[in-house]
Amino acid sequence: MRIVVDLTRCQGYAQCVFLAPEVFELHGEEALRYDPAVPDEQVKRVRQAVAACPVQAIVMGEGVPVDVR
Amino acid sequence: MSGDLRKGRIVIVGASVAGLRAAETLRDEGFTGSLTVVGEEPYPPYDRPPLSKQVLLGRVAADATGLPMRRDPHAQWRLGVRATGLDPLGKRVLLADGQWLAYDRLLIATGTRARSWPDAEQAALDGVFTLRTCEDARCLAERLAAGPCRVLVIGGGFTGSEIASVCRERGVEVTVTERGAAPLVGALGGTLSKFAASLQRAHGVDLRCGVTVTALRGNGRFTGAEFSDGSRIEADVCVVALGAVRNVEWLADSGLAACAQGIACDAGCRAFDRYGIVTDDVFVAGDVARFPHPLFDYQMLSLEHWGNAVAQAQVAAHNMVSPGPLRRPHRAVPVFWSSQFGCNIKSVGVPTFSDQVVIAQGSLSDRRLVAVYGYRGRITAAVTINMAKWLEHYQGLIETAAPFPPGPGAADACPLVAEFPVPSNVPDPKGLFHGPTVALTGHLPDQRLAVARLAG
Repeated sequence: MRIVVDLTRCQGYAQCVFLAPEVFELHGEEALRYDPAVPDEQVKRVRQAVAACPVQAIVMGEGVPVDVR
Repeated sequence: MSGDLRKGRIVIVGASVAGLRAAETLRDEGFTGSLTVVGEEPYPPYDRPPLSKQVLLGRVAADATGLPMRRDPHAQWRLGVRATGLDPLGKRVLLADGQWLAYDRLLIATGTRARSWPDAEQAALDGVFTLRTCEDARCLAERLAAGPCRVLVIGGGFTGSEIASVCRERGVEVTVTERGAAPLVGALGGTLSKFAASLQRAHGVDLRCGVTVTALRGNGRFTGAEFSDGSRIEADVCVVALGAVRNVEWLADSGLAACAQGIACDAGCRAFDRYGIVTDDVFVAGDVARFPHPLFDYQMLSLEHWGNAVAQAQVAAHNMVSPGPLRRPHRAVPVFWSSQFGCNIKSVGVPTFSDQVVIAQGSLSDRRLVAVYGYRGRITAAVTINMAKWLEHYQGLIETAAPFPPGPGAADACPLVAEFPVPSNVPDPKGLFHGPTVALTGHLPDQRLAVARLAG
């Protein structure tokens, strides 16, 4: 699974950092860094982060399949 | 009529974030016809903002920033092939492999590319980079991981500043040259750019302002550079961060109003032709678009913002499948962000559309503040540093044309930290080394085919 965080919307509440610290981290006080390619064992935690985000800034989904042309 | 618009052939040229979000929205809105997305790069849509941050730091692989689909747009993806021409009368797009792609409606979202170093021979030296694509990021991240002695970053815009921040975080010595008086001056104005300069110096960046690079030196391999003040520097990596160039060349013979500032379109994302006549089957979205914004005197805005690409793509897609009265205007207030040197910098509105600025909350010394920009007595922009939660409040003030300077912040009820606004010192973009990420481009395309503009 892949994620993208709408950092236009993100206000640094850091709920995702508490729920999935392997995927999300803060750089300084409120700048969010994250791993866009979610490892399988983290998917459950990231789902919780998606649900918990107070501003609903995290989008999770499959990547566009590469083979198509 | 609306039934027809949900059928037919739609082609999207550009397979980055705007192209993907537009494709998804078309299906959300009930489009059942054929959908083709053309992308120059051989990769499926990926996210660029992490490239200058997590990827350069080595935390995320360059090929791992692929964007998630919100839904499968069931599109045919033509990746690795560039569009090279447009025949608007025959309604078809020419691809680099010689094929013509027919459409009923077209969305242009070709974005920008990195401006390259003007001297091709110097630019070809091993160790000279630009940063725009995941391939650029992969190569540069490899070099940074190898522990260079010094990195030279040419241009102190957002990309250049973020690269410098990564270098320092990696413990690599870095020199930044900026033609203007301070970094980020083109986006934030002279006053806040002084903060950006002090931030860089406090983190050990060798910052040279008011200086240009006159030559890159090396014999096959980059070894250093010469500056306009006569000084020289030795470095083994050089990143050219001189802003972006809009990908409009392929439209040169199309008759559309495409120029260096982008493709002009109306508030509904419909492209103008070169005579200022609006088309109804060619739409534009993302970095390559320039559009009139009601909050900024209907000046044509060109934005290089992730959030604008998403919002504009969604409006364009909606309008592509909606009959006239159901169409929506794109009038989202511009927002962008940058993280560098441990600071989260966010902006709402257009800071360069200002004559004054005041620090409304926080302070420079705390590195937490809200700077509010005004133009002729109304609020036009706000920039937060590590105070992003306040952005929405100021967005409301911008949208309602609230008076400048603003009243005290509602929650903390403290008086304005700086009582007196000072000039925002927004420079003329022509004097900047890199382009600002928001450009006010005036009412006129550069052909000057219309001359009505009220004075004052």
